[in-house]
Amino acid sequence: MTSKSFSLSPRRSFGETLRKEAWWIYPLFVFLGLGAFVVYSTWAAFQAEHYRFGPYLSPFYSPELLGSEHAWFGAKPAWIPDWLPFSPAFLILWAPAGFRLTCYYYRGAYYKAFWADPPSCAVGEPRSSYRGERKFPLILQNVHRYFLYLALVFLIFLLHDVWEALWFVNPSTGGTEFGIGVGTIILAANVFFLGGYTLGCHSLRHLIGGSVDEISKFKLRWDGYRCVTCLNNRHMVWAWCSLFVVGFSDVYVRLCSMGIWTDWRIL
Amino acid sequence: MKTARFKLWRGERGEGDFVEYETKITEGMVVLDAVLQIQAEQANDLACRWNCKAGKCGSCSAEVNGMPKLMCMTRLNSLPMDKPVTVEPMRAFPSIRDLATDVSWNYGVKEKIRPFAPREPDAEDGTWRMSQKDVDRVQEFRKCIECFLCQDVCHVLRDHHMHEDFIGPRFLVYAAALEMHPLDTDDRLKDLKDDSNIGLCNITKCCTKVCPEHITITDNAIIPLKERVVDEFYDPVKKFLKLFRRK
Repeated sequence: MTSKSFSLSPRRSFGETLRKEAWWIYPLFVFLGLGAFVVYSTWAAFQAEHYRFGPYLSPFYSPELLGSEHAWFGAKPAWIPDWLPFSPAFLILWAPAGFRLTCYYYRGAYYKAFWADPPSCAVGEPRSSYRGERKFPLILQNVHRYFLYLALVFLIFLLHDVWEALWFVNPSTGGTEFGIGVGTIILAANVFFLGGYTLGCHSLRHLIGGSVDEISKFKLRWDGYRCVTCLNNRHMVWAWCSLFVVGFSDVYVRLCSMGIWTDWRIL
Repeated sequence: MKTARFKLWRGERGEGDFVEYETKITEGMVVLDAVLQIQAEQANDLACRWNCKAGKCGSCSAEVNGMPKLMCMTRLNSLPMDKPVTVEPMRAFPSIRDLATDVSWNYGVKEKIRPFAPREPDAEDGTWRMSQKDVDRVQEFRKCIECFLCQDVCHVLRDHHMHEDFIGPRFLVYAAALEMHPLDTDDRLKDLKDDSNIGLCNITKCCTKVCPEHITITDNAIIPLKERVVDEFYDPVKKFLKLFRRK
């Protein structure tokens, strides 16, 4: 920025700091939390079974495009060779994963926890070189808004899944009847938290009103901007709650489907 | 009256070491009080900048127990006193002497940012009319006291020493205040992308964490600017629509 050259204090080595509090707790929590989610969701995606139970569909498999008789386009096509691992989750999971991977909150969190860039504020880094997000590959983080569009569409699918989860087959008559099970509430909670996370997205905030200097001229955009800002203020909380609930939703459907847990009917 | 131990960095132009002092402390004291007491009683030649003692001038920026803080706003009862309290100068700027740093690089950066360029006055009296809603959004940025703690904690400057390439959070806030101003007509997005290298910010939010004025630097200034840069340079659909609109 300026041609002035000056001598600065030498860089501190990796992890070196004068901070006295346990600064490593937060990055460790992020490392374990995100790491556990990535491992579990990858495992769950490869299973390709136990993702339906009664009217419930695991959010990791929603919408089911291909794979079973319930899928939009039917069972797995014959042209997909048997040696190739296939799961309905492979077709869709990249979209929500991309949304989280490029999310402004998660970026800051995993740069610290997984790449130590920096490990925490005012703590020494392991590398002296730095490219940031201005060059490949991290310049691709700018694609976040496109993943947002997909995430908004996924919210509609998940909302539809909640609707489906309200209709249970009556074993005695064979017809469907209205009901609410614990699974219904979990899937509804999933949409609630994912909604809070997605609708508080920084990109949405920008697109709905942040890009306009004189937003007061557009009443609807102003109202929308205020709502998104309200959710955005707690984006981190929404991000973690939604991550936990979406994972738990899959666990719930899976364990019910495996006969390990029993789904309690409330209504 | 209790005593407390302090390790103050003593030295000149980057050469030096911590020196330990012990001084009496009383209820309500802040780090600056203790430092000035040590200066008065034990180290008359200790260099230390301060002015208002009210968190409004931004002069007494330093690193207390490893974190950038205003000494005048850091109460001793908020720090663990079982170990010596370390006070060192900001590491992102050249040390002059003891706790004083040369922050003049920042003034050079500020001069290079395109200044406020208001549109033609729209009122008969030669002034402007703005909606309070529009001004509220940029008002937060005007709280900045230029203590440069955000610059100090930013790892791009602090650890990677990229002063030649990156303007730092303080000036991204300044640019946001201008760019998002309802009256401003200038376009700073190309400068932000190419000269200021906003892409170097990786959103660790450390700047927001240390801001004594509680400006939401990352969420309200840097990310909105990043999104505007995406609009202009990285979003093909938006670029296409803009071309269409111009026709």
